[in-house]
Amino acid sequence: MSLRVGVVVFPGSNCEQDMLEAMRLVGGEPELLWHGDATVNGVDAVIVPGGFAHGDYLRPGAIARFSPVMSAVAEFAAAGGPVVGICNGFQVLTEAGLLPGALQKNAGLKFVCAPAQLRVETTNSVLTRAADKGAVLSIPINHFEGNYTCDAETLAQLRDEDRIVLRYVVNPNGSVDNIAGVCNEGRNVVGLMPHPERSTSELLGSTDGLPLLRSLLSV
Amino acid sequence: MIFSVHVEVRLRPGIADPQGSTIERAMPTLGFSGVSGVRVGKSIRFEIDAADEASARAEAEDLCSRFLTNPVIEDAIVELEPAGVAS
Repeated sequence: MSLRVGVVVFPGSNCEQDMLEAMRLVGGEPELLWHGDATVNGVDAVIVPGGFAHGDYLRPGAIARFSPVMSAVAEFAAAGGPVVGICNGFQVLTEAGLLPGALQKNAGLKFVCAPAQLRVETTNSVLTRAADKGAVLSIPINHFEGNYTCDAETLAQLRDEDRIVLRYVVNPNGSVDNIAGVCNEGRNVVGLMPHPERSTSELLGSTDGLPLLRSLLSV
Repeated sequence: MIFSVHVEVRLRPGIADPQGSTIERAMPTLGFSGVSGVRVGKSIRFEIDAADEASARAEAEDLCSRFLTNPVIEDAIVELEPAGVAS
């Protein structure tokens, strides 16, 4: 039986349809979760996709975190359910306190839309458990505020606990320690700036997103 | 009692400020050569109905830490006075 994957939709999300396609491709059974409903509908995994949310006023994710669906996502995550936030979804998860750190404006104030080379730093997370440690994946980034930052103590903790999931081979945005993705203590919540759903076919230039998406479905 | 509140949201010391440094780099081209330490923040104004100044301040500071700032990268200066007083 295929796993049911909920893809959250905020006002301004724009990667949810790509994610539905990508999830079908890897054998999942995706459905949309509306931001105004305080439930995750009993799904097996949740994805907070990219785009925008509530205009990203104040800060990206600052208003989205108060959406009814986010309390259900937090409850699901606390119970060990797999949750992945991509791009704006990563920003939402940090604002919601489900992941440490914050995403600042890119160094150099450049919006970056380009393929990025990412190294898989750990396979001990819901997004990388079916990937190969040390593998370099080509997956696009598309953001203005993807410059990951956290205090020195948090960074030391992330390193010690092997919670830096993905690093950029070449830093595109000023992120501390080349961080592209991190996970929570339970390793069931992962946030990353790159878009694995856009690397699912040779027609799109890369299939390197597939091992990540398959990881989410491998229990 | 109504209080006027002004919140200045600032990036915490040590947090890189790409907007501030871009502005600073542009200044010499306009002939401003002696300006340094540019930091960009946000200014937010609102009113709070509270029993007294201490409780208005407590509410404003709670609002800042839970919503108006991201404590990972930002802090806030709260200025507050009874509404109606010219500022």
